[in-house]
Amino acid sequence: MKIDPAAVEEAARLLYIRALKILPDDIKQGFTRLQAAERSATGRRVLDTMVRNIAVAEQTDNLLCQDTGIPIYNVVVGRGVEFDGWALKEAIASGVARATREHPLRSSVVHPLTRQNLHTSCGTRIPVIHIDFCEAPDCLTLEMIPKGSGSENNSWLKMALPAEGVDAIKTFVVDCVLSAGGKTCPPTIVGVGVGGTADLCVHLAKIAATRPLGSHCDDPQGRELETQLSNVVNTLGVGAQGLGGDATAFAVHVEVAHTHITLNPAAVNMQCHSARRALARFTPAGVAYE
Amino acid sequence: MAHHDITLPVDEAAVRALRAGDTVTLNGTLFGIRDANQIAMFDHGRTTRFDMRGGAAIHTAPNVRRVARSPQYPAGYAPVCIGTTTSARMERFTRPLMTQLGVRLIIGKGGLGSDSLGAFAELGGAYLAIVGGAAALETTWIEAIEDVDLDDLNPESLWRFRIRDFGPLLVGMDSHGGSLYADVAAQAQARRADALAALGVHS
Repeated sequence: MKIDPAAVEEAARLLYIRALKILPDDIKQGFTRLQAAERSATGRRVLDTMVRNIAVAEQTDNLLCQDTGIPIYNVVVGRGVEFDGWALKEAIASGVARATREHPLRSSVVHPLTRQNLHTSCGTRIPVIHIDFCEAPDCLTLEMIPKGSGSENNSWLKMALPAEGVDAIKTFVVDCVLSAGGKTCPPTIVGVGVGGTADLCVHLAKIAATRPLGSHCDDPQGRELETQLSNVVNTLGVGAQGLGGDATAFAVHVEVAHTHITLNPAAVNMQCHSARRALARFTPAGVAYE
Repeated sequence: MAHHDITLPVDEAAVRALRAGDTVTLNGTLFGIRDANQIAMFDHGRTTRFDMRGGAAIHTAPNVRRVARSPQYPAGYAPVCIGTTTSARMERFTRPLMTQLGVRLIIGKGGLGSDSLGAFAELGGAYLAIVGGAAALETTWIEAIEDVDLDDLNPESLWRFRIRDFGPLLVGMDSHGGSLYADVAAQAQARRADALAALGVHS
């Protein structure tokens, strides 16, 4: 299966706009669960406003949140897919710049030292593009995640010691949730990376934070950890927007990698309540959006 | 828990009447402030032609569309999506906003810290909490972008919005030392030990 860069550019453009406007169904269902469990009157009011916002965004064809985020694209390539990698990278950036100019969208991307904004939502090494491979022959997926700054600004890495064990990881996650308070726009998805190197650990936390609700860690011990942490974070009382209540997080997600004998790293990355993402699937039949 | 309808600008007595937990609906004029325009004004000495005395400022950088100037679009911008950003990044600007520009109400999400709480008590100010991320809804409360200053910083320009029935907002921090954020943080910190025990961590 050959991939046409023009089709990738169009998909990258459309996915950015779709992600900003349409919240995935699993997150909507997450809101329903949290609303049913919420005991705080303020918490219920905040959750109701968030749900009302989702409806207003759909009715008015508007963005859910003004923060257009850092654009991230996760590309998964099947074994039988042929493409020019450089052209694919260019096509994604071009789609992002077109969405920004044509919609128009706020460009939320600046140079880190000069703070100059190119007004394209692009720049050096931005959009962030992650490429992975799968066994299926005729499939290429493009997943777009606009990562807002409120949640991204609350990201942490702890290089704990092996002697500190799993307890250090659990304590770290609880303290990150307490430290974040209302700044991350809770209820959040708390993404936890465990193991790997420092860079891989942070990447795992991002994968965990942006995974669909209801999905689980492949690793049995990682899955047990996410169940335990998911149950506990909503007993802290941080609540929606940090104004108190039960709805601190939709869930805690954990991703695991093997690590060095002398390392015990943990990272936390959070996804805000507007947990946006959109996916395009390229097959020989065409492009389908999910 | 009282509700207050406030038309801006507002005087000190009306702000001091607000108590944490009350709700507020705003009408009139609202100023959009942000990291870059506050860094420009308070760190680099740039000035604004806006009179913000008795005003309300919201932490925002909106999505806008450039259009021809008209009575409907006096600043040459149409709102696309206007929402609210995290206030905590801009904690150190609360005092200069109040002392140099005369701002009395700050609207944001996530709350501000103890220095801002002190400034509200000393100078007569309050923090109004909006639901962050609910920008599609918030945009429906904004009638027009009336004016823009420091526009070379776009999208982090200094914006002047005309608002209608903006809210209800929750008084998150008042001029009497009340802060819902500090209360919630203290209660959550007190639950930390039980949470760790439930995870089997005994330190």
